[in-house]
Amino acid sequence: MTLRHYLFATAAVSALALPAQAQNILDWGANRDIGSLDPYSFGDSFTINVLNHVYEGLVRYDRDLTIEPALATSWEILDDQVTWRFTLREGVTFHNGNAFTAEDVQASLTRVSHETSPLKGNLPAYVSSEVVDDYTIDITLNGTYPLLLNDLTNIHIFDRDWLVENNAELPTDIGAGVEGYATYNANGTGPFFVESRQPEAQTVFTVNPDWWDEPQHNLDGFVLRPVTSPATRVAALLSGEIDFTNDAPVQDLPRLAAAPTVNVLEGVDLRTVMIGFPFRETLASGAPNPFADRAVREAMYKAIDLNLIHERIMRGKSRVAGAVVAPPIPGYSEDLDTIPEYDLDGAKALLEEAGVSEGLSFEFNCLSDGLVNEEQFCQAIASMWSRLGLAPQLDVAPRAVQSPKRTGGQTDVYTLGWATLPMLDSYSPLIQIFHSKEGNSGVFNWGDWSYPELDALVQAAGQELDLETRLQLQNDAMRIIKDEHIMIPLHQQPMAWAVTTSVSEMPLFPDNKPRLWFARMGSDG
Amino acid sequence: MIAFLLKRTANAAFVMLAVAFLAFLIFRSFGDPVEMMVNEQATQAERAELRERLGLNDGFLTQYIRFVTNAVQGDFGISYRNQQDVMVLIAERLPATFELVLVATVISLVVGIPLGVFTAVHRNSRLADALQLTSIVGVSLPSFVVGILLILAFSVTLGWLPAFGRGETVDIGWWSTGLLTPSGRAALVLPAISLATFQITLVMRLVRAEMLETLRTDYVKFARARGVPRARVHWIHALRNCLMPVITLTGMQIGNLIAFALVTETVFQWPGMGLLFIQAVTFVDIPVMAAYLMLVSFIFVVLNTIVDVTYAWVDPRLRDDTAAAGGANG
Amino acid sequence: MADRTDIPPAPPSRLARLRDSDLWYSFRAHPSAVFAAILLLLLTLGALLAPWITPQNPYDLAALELWNSEIPPLWDAQGQWPFLLGTDVQGRDIYSAILYGSRISLVIGFASVMLALAVGLSLGLIAGYFGGWVDNVIMRVGDVLLSMPFILIAILISAVATAALPPDLKSALAAPILIVAIAVPSWVQYARTVRASAMVERKKEYVQAARLIRVKPWRIMLHHILPNTLTPIMVAATLNFGLAILSEATLSFLGVGMPPDQPSLGTLIRIGNQYLFSGLWWIVVFPAIQLCLIVLSVNMIGDWLRDALNPKLN
Repeated sequence: MTLRHYLFATAAVSALALPAQAQNILDWGANRDIGSLDPYSFGDSFTINVLNHVYEGLVRYDRDLTIEPALATSWEILDDQVTWRFTLREGVTFHNGNAFTAEDVQASLTRVSHETSPLKGNLPAYVSSEVVDDYTIDITLNGTYPLLLNDLTNIHIFDRDWLVENNAELPTDIGAGVEGYATYNANGTGPFFVESRQPEAQTVFTVNPDWWDEPQHNLDGFVLRPVTSPATRVAALLSGEIDFTNDAPVQDLPRLAAAPTVNVLEGVDLRTVMIGFPFRETLASGAPNPFADRAVREAMYKAIDLNLIHERIMRGKSRVAGAVVAPPIPGYSEDLDTIPEYDLDGAKALLEEAGVSEGLSFEFNCLSDGLVNEEQFCQAIASMWSRLGLAPQLDVAPRAVQSPKRTGGQTDVYTLGWATLPMLDSYSPLIQIFHSKEGNSGVFNWGDWSYPELDALVQAAGQELDLETRLQLQNDAMRIIKDEHIMIPLHQQPMAWAVTTSVSEMPLFPDNKPRLWFARMGSDG
Repeated sequence: MIAFLLKRTANAAFVMLAVAFLAFLIFRSFGDPVEMMVNEQATQAERAELRERLGLNDGFLTQYIRFVTNAVQGDFGISYRNQQDVMVLIAERLPATFELVLVATVISLVVGIPLGVFTAVHRNSRLADALQLTSIVGVSLPSFVVGILLILAFSVTLGWLPAFGRGETVDIGWWSTGLLTPSGRAALVLPAISLATFQITLVMRLVRAEMLETLRTDYVKFARARGVPRARVHWIHALRNCLMPVITLTGMQIGNLIAFALVTETVFQWPGMGLLFIQAVTFVDIPVMAAYLMLVSFIFVVLNTIVDVTYAWVDPRLRDDTAAAGGANG
Repeated sequence: MADRTDIPPAPPSRLARLRDSDLWYSFRAHPSAVFAAILLLLLTLGALLAPWITPQNPYDLAALELWNSEIPPLWDAQGQWPFLLGTDVQGRDIYSAILYGSRISLVIGFASVMLALAVGLSLGLIAGYFGGWVDNVIMRVGDVLLSMPFILIAILISAVATAALPPDLKSALAAPILIVAIAVPSWVQYARTVRASAMVERKKEYVQAARLIRVKPWRIMLHHILPNTLTPIMVAATLNFGLAILSEATLSFLGVGMPPDQPSLGTLIRIGNQYLFSGLWWIVVFPAIQLCLIVLSVNMIGDWLRDALNPKLN
């Protein structure tokens, strides 16, 4: 009896804790959970995107994805060309009430660039920083570097005292078996703070009433719920259990659009989907590798019916692409964005000329949890290559299983999607994918190719402060990619969000990142 | 009795040690934890260093002993994916799975026992035959198909019940329960029915078989002869005799239900241990997989041992060795 | 969930011929059993004859034409010959895929039961007949397997084996892996039944006599002990056949079973499940119906067999 009373008392208390009036709490059904509450512990765009609601960088992207001041109000490059001076915003407080100063910026930069930090690649040029006064900080780089501001949009600023108090000055160190305090606690300056978190179930964010900026949203908070099954996500949206999803399955868009309670937001993502080839001596099976031959790659390209994939698999929602970056990305040019005609016989002739034998068997590595409808378009392409007389061995598995094989060069043909995040510049794929594998360059050059001419262009662009000249250098580099068919671009993938009618405003961004500080609920928006 | 108890406990400990060995063996050969943990841009030297720190270069036996020692203390390490203590992750998910299994078990008893008695008592009636046939359909429908159909009917078409998740939960200490809120209870309905489908038919068939035997005993015949009303004989006297096997079955099936809940949890995105496990399989999150396997096996072994010991306590003849080995036959 | 409590104890041994005729009589007296047998026969025939009665080989990638994707069943206004039950998003004919998929499901179910029987019967006989440490080792291994839930063992074996294999073998070995994954947790049940009976029989005089005149052990086991346990084993094997088909479907549904380029019924349901809300109901509904029909017919036969062979229930 007493236990019963106790139970009901608890229930009553929690009921009381909830305000009597309906609030603007947005239920966000995502296709996955964030990896951690520590934005430095997981080099993953989605995690960083969600945590951007809690933590902020010195600069940020505005509604048009141009860079605008955030925690820094202005900046300049000093005479030595490698030191940047940032003036910081005054009167900003963290969620725990501490004031934001230059010390916090320095502690954060030290933490993110620490050698055990998984995110140190996101700030490649950083060398050191110096606090000038409470609201001025100097950042020194390893050379002239045009893209520092782009990098800084995604370097979130921590409270130094909070890090020190909680022994969290260093990034989470899994190897030592110690969990970081920041892994499941958060303290930023952003528009929301973390109320509670249950990994893989829900994370509750509540509005920060003391945010330094004028809120454009009218939310009282939002709840992030990972709903991994696409069908369940659709069902939950239709039944109103979630208000928003940033991943509405393409095949369900007609049904969602037809539902009176749901609005679909569609666009084309910046992410370009590509197919990569191995350039090594032998295939994973040990057989000689024919793909280093340009003619073979061209034949493979011609045998893919890009428009058919666009129409059927992507349901007309993708944008067929000929270039490796999307049109809004600096460095894109229309003359590189052309596709060859689908020509099976021509492709067969090319293969024959190149001396590729009928029934050539190779691995085709795809992810089951990667790009939009990846499993389907991989199957379709495998089927098209089969008609070419080849024998692709389709290998579809989760990223966790495939990544080691891809980075280790233990597979042959593979898929790759690149959105140029967080840089939003064509320099990003050039240095990370197409440059030869050396040091921090060519990290995603899984096919092991090397084009010295291309490398030289990319390196020159990396030190060029003049925008025009830099983009011309990058354009020249992309022309080599196009001519050589180093990778085959397929399309920019569709991006589909869906909201229920309770959400009145939800701006869709081409980088596919929800920014709920622009969202509004109810009819007052 | 004490000797028997010790023997059974030692046996259970041996089994757990073997399960630990299997878990360890499997997970040593599955995926590469280093590749999971490092940033894609890490150099070979960084990878090698992490490998060394994780102790992946140690001898096989050393690693196994370390694994068991830590496991006994409830330490399964840090999840590669969430970077959180695995036991904390599992403890957070435990209430969700337990409530689901509990409710499914209750449903299976409340529905299964009356159906079993009915089909036994009226065993030549058309309705009983039809029910018997339906029960075969019950074991033949894959539980994921049942789940999909329930969602299609009650969530999408009718919009009566939620299609995923646990609804609102209330924390009582470290236990989070969905039973105290309307949305929590509503969220429980479809998954519990989907999980219980198989179990209902199991209970129903067992009760039917036991009832048929009991109804033939002299004891029941005498009761009828003494003029005890038919319904009373069936539902009180006879049923009481069948309860022991039903309780045993229910106890032993709890382990199976916990494991099978992973299918239900996948279909309904129920935030329990099973969903955690399936996600861990997807992401090759080895510590979580190891901990789940060990925990579920542990529950299994404990339940089996309890049942054995209880039986031996009730019936001393079973304390001899051969019978005990047979008794574990779940 | 293994229905392990259902193995009836060995009935007193009777003349085989009499039992057979009893069985036949009982079979004819149960219309549901006859119905199930005919249904299973038809489903099996369909699966066996698949290459000759389907318009498409769904495993031949070059035969799939994306232009033919998402065609509804024939009776729909948009239906197209020869796609009787429509096509999926790759242009795969559902009717062909179902028949080929049933083939995989039946073969995996049957082979895993046979493998479990072969392993379980031999190990059980050896354990029961020889006793001592041999018995101990075999039964302890069995204890360990039974202390982990069936479905968990199967998932682990399948997931680990698949992850460890290179892709070209993965495709070829997908079915054998599943057969092993399902057989490993199920042999113990047979071994225990046979062992119990072997332990009883070996103390009997005729076995002792046979030993004295140096009849080889395997002869005694095969000719005297094994036949005595066949009845409960037969019932268990039939019911496990249904269970094995369900297990295969469950593993494939969870994504650790047959790959999408050689889909079993479970894989087809997993793929179709993604389109449940898109109006493409035929991709998921037909494979689900076929799967349920197969398991249902097997279970109905198993159920009848159990009742017919268990004198206590008559």
